[in-house]
Amino acid sequence: MNGMTTSAGAGAGLLLLVLLLPLAGSLAVTFLRSNDRVAKLTALGVSLVEFVLTLALCVGYRPTGARLQMVSSADWIATVGVHLSFGVDGIALVMIAVIGLLVPVVIGAGWAEKLPAGRSAGGFLALILVQESLMVGVFAATDVFLFYVLFEIMLIPMYFLIGGYGGARRQYAAVKFFLYSFLGGLLMLASAIGAYAYAAAQTGHGTFDWATLAQITRNAPPSLQVWLFLGFFAAFAIKAPLVPLHTWLPDATAEAPIGVGVILVGVLDKVGTFGFLRYCLPMFPAASRELAPLLLVLAVAGVLYGSVLATGQRDMKRFIAYVSIAHFGFIALGIFAFSSQAQVGAVSYMVNHSVATGMLLLVLGMVIARGGSTVIDDYGGMAKLTPLLAGMLLLAGLSTLSLPGTNSFVSEFLVLLGSFPREPVFTVLATIGMVLAAMYVLWLYQRVMQGPARGDALVGLAGGPGAAVDPDSETGTRSARRMVGDLSRREIAVLAPLVLLVIGLGFFPKPLLDVITPSVGATMTEAGFSDPVTSQGGK
Amino acid sequence: MLSSAATASVPAATGIAGYAWVLLALPSLGALVLLVGGRRTDAWGHLLGCATVIAAFCYGLALFLSTTGLPPESRVQDLHLYSWLPVNALQVDFGLRIDPLSLTFVLLITGVGALIHVYSIGYMDTDRDRRRFFGYLNLFVASMLLLVLGNGFVTLYLGWEGVGLASYLLIGWYQNRPSAATAAKKAFLMNRVGDVGLALAIFLMFRYLGTTQYTEVFARAGELPSGALLAITLLLLLGACGKSGQFPLQAWLPDAMEGPTPVSALIHAATMVTAGVYLIARANPIYNLSADGRLLVMVIGVVTLMIGCIIGCAYDDIKKVLAYSTVSQIGYMILAVGLGPFGYALGIMHLLTHGFFKAGLFLGAGSVMHGMHDEVDMRRMGGLARYMPITTATFGLAYLAIIGFPGLSGYWSKDAIVEAAFGQPGWHGWVFGGLALVGVGLTAFYMTRLFLLTFFGEKRWENLTTEDGRAYHPHESGPVMTVPMIILAVGSVAAGAFFAVGERLARWLAPSLGTLEVSEQGPLNAAGVSVLSIVFMVVGVALAWLLVGRRPVPVVRPARVSAVVTAARKDLYANAINEALVARPGVWLARALVYVDNKGVDGMVNGTAALLGGSSGRMRRLQTGFVRSYALSMLGGSILVIAALLAVRYG
Repeated sequence: MNGMTTSAGAGAGLLLLVLLLPLAGSLAVTFLRSNDRVAKLTALGVSLVEFVLTLALCVGYRPTGARLQMVSSADWIATVGVHLSFGVDGIALVMIAVIGLLVPVVIGAGWAEKLPAGRSAGGFLALILVQESLMVGVFAATDVFLFYVLFEIMLIPMYFLIGGYGGARRQYAAVKFFLYSFLGGLLMLASAIGAYAYAAAQTGHGTFDWATLAQITRNAPPSLQVWLFLGFFAAFAIKAPLVPLHTWLPDATAEAPIGVGVILVGVLDKVGTFGFLRYCLPMFPAASRELAPLLLVLAVAGVLYGSVLATGQRDMKRFIAYVSIAHFGFIALGIFAFSSQAQVGAVSYMVNHSVATGMLLLVLGMVIARGGSTVIDDYGGMAKLTPLLAGMLLLAGLSTLSLPGTNSFVSEFLVLLGSFPREPVFTVLATIGMVLAAMYVLWLYQRVMQGPARGDALVGLAGGPGAAVDPDSETGTRSARRMVGDLSRREIAVLAPLVLLVIGLGFFPKPLLDVITPSVGATMTEAGFSDPVTSQGGK
Repeated sequence: MLSSAATASVPAATGIAGYAWVLLALPSLGALVLLVGGRRTDAWGHLLGCATVIAAFCYGLALFLSTTGLPPESRVQDLHLYSWLPVNALQVDFGLRIDPLSLTFVLLITGVGALIHVYSIGYMDTDRDRRRFFGYLNLFVASMLLLVLGNGFVTLYLGWEGVGLASYLLIGWYQNRPSAATAAKKAFLMNRVGDVGLALAIFLMFRYLGTTQYTEVFARAGELPSGALLAITLLLLLGACGKSGQFPLQAWLPDAMEGPTPVSALIHAATMVTAGVYLIARANPIYNLSADGRLLVMVIGVVTLMIGCIIGCAYDDIKKVLAYSTVSQIGYMILAVGLGPFGYALGIMHLLTHGFFKAGLFLGAGSVMHGMHDEVDMRRMGGLARYMPITTATFGLAYLAIIGFPGLSGYWSKDAIVEAAFGQPGWHGWVFGGLALVGVGLTAFYMTRLFLLTFFGEKRWENLTTEDGRAYHPHESGPVMTVPMIILAVGSVAAGAFFAVGERLARWLAPSLGTLEVSEQGPLNAAGVSVLSIVFMVVGVALAWLLVGRRPVPVVRPARVSAVVTAARKDLYANAINEALVARPGVWLARALVYVDNKGVDGMVNGTAALLGGSSGRMRRLQTGFVRSYALSMLGGSILVIAALLAVRYG
């Protein structure tokens, strides 16, 4: 095994390219940072090439093929069996595709954003690209130790993105984010070492290779599994925050720049739910089974608590954070209900939440860019001035409340339908979240877009702050329209791919589901579960 | 076997039926072009909107005629379009079921829909966003067609929430009016409560049968355990209550009158709100198996029809009275489908005739409002017959139809339901039949009151002005509005007899709903009921004439009235109850939790961090505090690592 490097074909090379390209891009952007425009164009170019490469990755993936594909491995710390090994299954693949999509969208959305004094766009974009590489790495890692290392390193660019480029309380938010995640990571490290030690005791030589290690820990005594499970679980439950470990997220989302917020709730947090599926279930099935009731309580509590709190928020960005907490609750419910429909629903929820809530946050960012305030009640009647922006907010909102015909419906429906046979009580409780979602989304829309037009936030608009705009006066509306412009071409270009996905994945989710289903099936098999319902019904 | 819809296999659609996706594609395309095209399509948008629906109607008619040519047993066809949600055992198709029931609805939706589209050209001609209005109307038609054409409960659900969205957009059409925005949100929310019921029913079907497609669910409904069967019937009923404004979810429908009047006519009278009736009729193989489920359906129907009638007597807002009338008439339909094989076809028949006369009444009310500066208070109207002869005539025919004047549509369809309710054995017959009969009298009362207040008596508007000071100049509407009203009036007169004579409609629907059965076990026979209902109708008309026809009507409504009238004016306290039981506690809960989350949960975490870091101020003091906390958490983490390793060792 010494010094050996293995890789399997062109696919493995492609995956490594996807992994390393943004890193190289960030170096280039760092060198070009003296000129904002060149730096922005370079970063956008790199992220677009990266997006094309992730699409190529999807084309090259065989859903019904091997458990892990495009695998490559190189020795790292040979004495303790740590490797630099990468590979993807369907679940990791779709998340990498989401990363590839969101990064250029975020760069485009932040094109005209004003950064805090003394910060250059180049530095910001270089961090974004580093973040992209690390996120791809976390999803592609197939060595448990490597995963841990990337899991922790991934916090560093995010720490600087929030702490360096965010709002007024950015330092507080960044530290809080870092401490929470870092602490969770340490608990995971403890469990990983524990698993390693157990493997060493069982087979004579320890390993961190995920597939090998999982095979060994799978058969460990349940009492040990529970301890090891909890370490991993703590890390993941902080990352995809489950109540009551969630309080870092509203602060981080509120203080982060819009684009960083999108990456945070869209991708970074999904490492947690991904971790449940990749690490908790296949490595510690007995513990998963034993602790499932507890986890389901946390999941459903998250759905209800997050939803109720979302209705009570005054700040748009904190609103997004609580919506996400509710959605992570749905994802966790789907994962720990142990049926293929629910788990496929959960994985597609990870994708669809990134698209829907990412879009909602971006659109709210466009509202904030016009009004200069994140307080919901500073707005009113904007639909009259910016009909296109209003339409986009409504579409993103409808997807967030999982209206059938949008992408999120597919995942929420599958999660609930799949959870129902085994966990009827928890599922029925979670359906209350469906009603609450309609409430918080439509109430937000009503307060921002409907009612009489108000100028509180739209400073300079027909009479300045505090002045009401006469909605029926033709001239009043027209002059206000000039000052508060509707969507620009750039903003339309940023939102267009998300709109297409919201509708496209709502009506034609099959390609996505077909990639996810076999990997979920393998996870279920590894964890020793089988579906409670066949095509002839359940028992 | 009660219904041939319950046969195991359904043949694939062939011939013209193979193109049934056109029905969905046309209005969808219209909505897409109008909503994405923006201002560029302003000039011709309304024409495109009408064209897609008229074309869909023409195709629907051709499909209908080709189906009537088939033998009854091959009139049920499935059109598979693509695989929508495939995950192992779950296989949800995106497909259409073409059968007599769905075709009947297709003709109603596209037919009445086309008329109301044409009418809207005139009604919305001064609205700058008319093009977007037609986009939303097209979206509605597409969703409604999917609702009735889908070949499984999940495609139905897609259309079900799709029409909810269109309804939301159109109720909130005048979106700078806070009451409109609030009404739109209320409608969506109350519908969502019902939708959860529908969703749970679907989950139960999957749980016990492993499928959600009509063909398999209906064929194997008998395998459902009795508890699950009853639960499914109740949950589907909850869904129906939400969409159809039935008790206890009726409060959104009157508020929905905030939308433009053509919307009230199409969505909140003729089509969408009858979707609950469709749902129960469609699920007849399930309801046939559960007498308890059917009993609750009847109870909800009869309770709602009484609520609607009582409140309808008290309002002065012409659209609100019509809205409560809709609530009550749908109560009749729900009562009918609750009768099972004795009533499915009758419910659908009343749904169709109601589609004609209620759409006609709403378009008439819209014509009145169009000529009266959007006035809706009937106390400020009166004597309009002279100024609006066509509106008065068409409205009058629809009015006679709804009160069940012998020979007109409502007479055939409503009487049949009252008779069937009296056909039930024992106390069921007396209670359900008796209340349905009382409803006939009340309907005659409030509709006569409405008709007299609006079109006859003194011209109370002569000395009044609108809120912004304009005088009233009532005038007849143009032909683009009156022609649809005339066509609907013809339907209001003739449709009932056409459907009922020789049980023409019931026999056509039999492949979908089973054969219509007639029961003679009840306390009263058909002829007796028929006479009684005419008596009740006459009494209702006479009372209304005595109250508002013979005496002058005050312009301001009297404040000192009996407790019953006060209660009716307050919607029988439905909104107050919602407010007290749901809305206010909800707001309190949200506020309390926000406080707890900030002070409690987060405070605890910050407190712990402060304990570790020395002081919370230091944690906020950036890098110093950061490094310190970082170091401490590393220490804490290392302790945990050691603990974990020890646990491995000695565990």
